[in-house]
Amino acid sequence: MRGIVGFGAYLPAQRLDRTTIAAVAGGGGGTGTRRVASYDEDPTTMAVEAGRAALQGAPVLPRAVYLTTTAPPYLDKTNATAVHAALRLPAHAVAADVGGAVRSGVAALRLALQGSEPALVVSADVRTGLPGSPDESEGGDAAAALLVGDDADAPVLAEHLGGASATAEFLDRWRTPGDVRSKVWEERFGESQYVPLVTAAWRDALRATGIEADAVAHVVVTGTHARAVRAAARKLGTRPEALTDDLASRVGNAGAAGPALLLTSVLESAAPGAVVALVVLADGADVLLFRTTPALADHRPARPLADQLGAGRDLPYGRFLAWRGLLPVEPPRRPEPARVSASAAARSRDWKYGLAESGADGDEAASLADATGTVATYTVDRLAYSPSPPVVFAIVDFDGGRRLPLELTDVEVADVAVGTRVEMTFRRLSTADGIHNYFWKARPARA
Amino acid sequence: MGSHGIKDRVAIVGMGCTPFAEAFDKGTDDLLVAASEEAFASAGVDRQDVDAYWLGTAQSGMSGMTLAKPLGLEGKPVTRVENMCATGSEALRQACYAVTSGAYDLAMAVGVEKVKDSGYQGLNAFPIPGDGTARTLTAAAMFSMVVPAYAERYGVDLAELKQSLAHIAAKNHRNGARNPRAQFRREVTEEQILAGPRVAGELGVFDCAGVADGAAAAVVVRAEDAMRFTDKPLYVKALSFVAGNGSGLTDPSYDYTTFPEIVACAADAYRQAGISDPRRQLAMAEVHDCFTPTELVLMEDLGFSERGTAWKEVLAGAFDLDGDLPINPDGGLKSFGHPVGASGLRMLFEAWLQLRGEAPEERRIATADRGLALTHNLGGYPGELVSFVSVVGSALG
Repeated sequence: MRGIVGFGAYLPAQRLDRTTIAAVAGGGGGTGTRRVASYDEDPTTMAVEAGRAALQGAPVLPRAVYLTTTAPPYLDKTNATAVHAALRLPAHAVAADVGGAVRSGVAALRLALQGSEPALVVSADVRTGLPGSPDESEGGDAAAALLVGDDADAPVLAEHLGGASATAEFLDRWRTPGDVRSKVWEERFGESQYVPLVTAAWRDALRATGIEADAVAHVVVTGTHARAVRAAARKLGTRPEALTDDLASRVGNAGAAGPALLLTSVLESAAPGAVVALVVLADGADVLLFRTTPALADHRPARPLADQLGAGRDLPYGRFLAWRGLLPVEPPRRPEPARVSASAAARSRDWKYGLAESGADGDEAASLADATGTVATYTVDRLAYSPSPPVVFAIVDFDGGRRLPLELTDVEVADVAVGTRVEMTFRRLSTADGIHNYFWKARPARA
Repeated sequence: MGSHGIKDRVAIVGMGCTPFAEAFDKGTDDLLVAASEEAFASAGVDRQDVDAYWLGTAQSGMSGMTLAKPLGLEGKPVTRVENMCATGSEALRQACYAVTSGAYDLAMAVGVEKVKDSGYQGLNAFPIPGDGTARTLTAAAMFSMVVPAYAERYGVDLAELKQSLAHIAAKNHRNGARNPRAQFRREVTEEQILAGPRVAGELGVFDCAGVADGAAAAVVVRAEDAMRFTDKPLYVKALSFVAGNGSGLTDPSYDYTTFPEIVACAADAYRQAGISDPRRQLAMAEVHDCFTPTELVLMEDLGFSERGTAWKEVLAGAFDLDGDLPINPDGGLKSFGHPVGASGLRMLFEAWLQLRGEAPEERRIATADRGLALTHNLGGYPGELVSFVSVVGSALG
């Protein structure tokens, strides 16, 4: 039996209220909120957070990690290696990007399910568009990780029953590398292309697995073409109550991360023995069918998505634009950080990516990444360079007795005090010469 | 093995100090020549009479040629030294040891920094290639952490503590207003200081030392030769230096109310100088007031006040120009700004003026029954500091 043996999702702390957009952008916006990756987050850092959630307590380590995103921080260079390092995976585990298109997310999951080794599929995306655009408003930043394996590796939580795909070349949406915005063809055309593809893939998937449509307990239908998604969902023949929440009103469309995020959401609440269908519309249609197992009842997610949905901080629209580079603001008159030295970073790989220090006598390095601590003292630096001033900085005493000076993130100055409890989060401190400087920060501990 | 010091074996026989200013019309060479020529004239020597030079600069030039070129030196040894913000003091220390050793008869220490060519606010260290994990806070932010820590440890009301810090700034500006070499020569009231815009933590702009260009120089000889150059030499009583190991950053017991490197450095200096009661034996001290809480903590770390009491003594005026131990009578970093390589020697220049009775009357302090002055110069941040302490005196013994 092969299937999902672990899952975890990550939502960035910041929420943008869509009703605040139109007053500035002159149009656009909508209702509800979307999630926003902080200025110090990108698909790599969010993938680390989701991966940590999926691997916490997992009985098996992946032998492969696949990172999927439409917004890779690097081209040419593999982004998944930083995820591999931050998750402290062994060197023999492969790390590779499956990237570029929205379809990459479900495609990587499909590949992992058809493979034979334990694999972590992490999907992370930062979705935006020009101010006032539907993509800006309807998009959402998020990450989700699915650990795929056999029952020989770990108890399978959701057995992969099979699936089907359908592909056709047509223009629905596209983005030239380097552009901040995607463009879309008029939506009626996309709908006309997608609906037959979904119908065919759905029919083939049911036939291949012997599942009847009305036996499906939960069906996730997702894609960036909202109109086609709605139309396709109506044609599946599943029970109306089987259609799951697409989290559009609270997260937004997470692009390549959407399928894994919504599947995670279903698995957090599904009963054992339930058939779960994942239907993805992206340059074709992919259908994956799962059946949850009795082991799911005993599985306690490390960072339940349900909890993350209930938390969050409201972000002013101006800050959102500044963070996405669409509203350049005056930087502090201080030198920008120097670029990271490749050789120095390689020597301190355990520390920089794993927050782990080598023990005496070559003991395995102990990591503080999962430790919690307390703010011993702190300050607010209004002069130091930061992509989003001011810098809030604290001396953190870890519960195990270690102390580190650390930058705080996802905080308001007024929320920090001596005694504030913090946890660690992997972030992008700055970028210089195109080199992203990844390291750990502290943030207020989540309940 | 031990730190023995060189008490009374070296004398300072000439000094020079440029005005400290945003000297947009002067380069490093101009500053070096100005300070050096003043020191040569003060000692009555020529540049070729000096046997060896030590040049302190943090980042205004590399190698001894930074000094040899503008002075046009012929065949002279010049050593460039760097020890963060204590660079100028380090140059002095090396020059003193050189003449004590007998290797040279006449040595000169010169410190310089040309800060204002960077185009940025504040001081900025040049980047050393690294793994990107070192903290990048400003010095203001690092030292600002002292304020809440001190208030908490000693149960001082934050408003009262800030009043004490404002007193330090006002005192130093008052002294600097009486010093023609200072960058800022206007008095600033405690009300103005407290109302200044916030820079980091509880620190406002008036809690921070300024930034300036400047240079200073000292000519040193063996003590027995001193009277050949001046009838009022300063004798070196102690030179102490401690380079911290940075453990304060990761030591959970470190509480940001003291700088242990400075406590150790001061103890060594007092031992070398034979000082048992610095508060009463010293006529004055020049201390590294990079930020007002730094000066506050230094009063305790240098043994001038009991732990937890300096804030009260500051408010009572103990360290004012007419207090019982004047601190920074020249105006300090607060009034001068901080050209990194020059500041340590600028501090010594005030001791030179005061102990020789040459300070202008409006800021002259009484030195008749206390012929000793201390200079304290630090570099780095709470938890990871270098510290320098010197004691100089107007008489042998």
